[in-house]
Amino acid sequence: MRLVLTGNYAAAYAAKAAKVEVVSAYPITPQTQVVEKLSEFIERGEMNARYIRVESEHSAMAACIGAAMAGARVFTATSAHGLIYMSEMLWWAAGARLPIVMGVITRAMAPPWSIWSDHCDLLSLRDIGWIIYFCENAQEVFDTIIQAYKVAENEEVLLPAMVGWDAFQTSHTAEPVDVLSPDEVSKYLPPRRPLPYVIDFERPFTHGSLCYPDRYMEFRYLMDLSMSKAKKAIVEADEEYGDLFGRKYGGVLEKYLCEDAEIAVVTMGVLSGDARYAVDILRKEGYKVGLVRLRVVRPFPSSELKKELKSKKLVCVIDRNISIGRGGILGTEIKALLKNSSANVVNVVAGIGGRDVSYEDIVNIVKRSLDLVEKGEVPEYMWYSIDKEYVVKAVGEYYEPPAL
Amino acid sequence: MESKIKFDLITPISYPGEGSAGATGSWRVFKPIIDREKCRKCLLCWLYCPEAAIRVSEENYPEIIYEYCKGCGICANECPVKAISMVEE
Repeated sequence: MRLVLTGNYAAAYAAKAAKVEVVSAYPITPQTQVVEKLSEFIERGEMNARYIRVESEHSAMAACIGAAMAGARVFTATSAHGLIYMSEMLWWAAGARLPIVMGVITRAMAPPWSIWSDHCDLLSLRDIGWIIYFCENAQEVFDTIIQAYKVAENEEVLLPAMVGWDAFQTSHTAEPVDVLSPDEVSKYLPPRRPLPYVIDFERPFTHGSLCYPDRYMEFRYLMDLSMSKAKKAIVEADEEYGDLFGRKYGGVLEKYLCEDAEIAVVTMGVLSGDARYAVDILRKEGYKVGLVRLRVVRPFPSSELKKELKSKKLVCVIDRNISIGRGGILGTEIKALLKNSSANVVNVVAGIGGRDVSYEDIVNIVKRSLDLVEKGEVPEYMWYSIDKEYVVKAVGEYYEPPAL
Repeated sequence: MESKIKFDLITPISYPGEGSAGATGSWRVFKPIIDREKCRKCLLCWLYCPEAAIRVSEENYPEIIYEYCKGCGICANECPVKAISMVEE
């Protein structure tokens, strides 16, 4: 069935198609429509699920943990401050190895107050043991949420999964979306298998009580081991989805015109569409450019990225996030991967707080990055489109970090 | 199909058991002594004991399990008829 849906409505339809049994969430811009739509489905009896209303995101995740511990398939969604408020519970969900799936509609953190997209909220939680997907458009949001359950519930994995998409540009933009019915999806995603660890009143247990240094480390090791297995599960889940429903996304990475490329642009999320268009323009001008779109941040596709990028002349990583005092988060990771290769990595921080990054900007970024590589003047990282006059007015000078 | 993954080994799950932290009674400085003459068997002490170190006897009297009682004194504080005294070890 083809419907015109925003990214947020696509997420709600995906949770419905995945036969989610419990939803608990607290509304926050730009996530609100996801849970509005879900509560509507549940209220109308179109979805056989319980909606647990809570007073905060911390409680929303606590309710999700309880429901998942009782064996239910669980969904929630949040953004920015809601996500960070929830963050303590995110550790509990991961450590309890509960296959919860959560939509994260990325939004810049305050202050200054902002409702527009960047990826700092989501990426600041990259080290806690959640699988992290990131989508480009509404169709991919729909497909990825269903795939995420398949991966999270895989017994070799058993880790929760976040599925990210950008505020407004994806969350509120309506596009044609091919929506699968719960019956169609059940061919791909069977009901969550009741594992022996669900809450059993006949055999009560305590979860997460004190663990001494002689055993704690093994639990973290086992999470890391499962996360490494998640990569194969992600690729297989994507392949199987493609075989059944005709859409797949390249597993952990999507590649566009990479084969003969000397320059690779690396992006994540909605600006990848503009990047693809920029690649087309640059190709017409004679530049051998390709695009690598990260679809998964955890597990980090290290070997796949290394294979793809190590022999490029220029790897231009566009980060819609900033680790203050270090640079772009993806750029930092990719530089570490390529340290012993001949590839020149230019890390550009752009689109922070929802600032638009057009295809023209990306063409400009690539040309100027190439220029820096040719001059041998590649800095650690650069900010794109900074108003230098404002900076000088504010602090009297402008020097580092460099701004393109 | 039997799963090879043992959930109670990949997550920190513990099943209830007696005294998993050892004989905590050795931590005690003050020892609660119940005076059965005064005790009205209301069992508030049993309810309030944070360590579940009070059991109920066949005659329905509370009994301190000295092997685990840390001597916090909550039972003595809660007892409505002051039937529990704290005596230095």
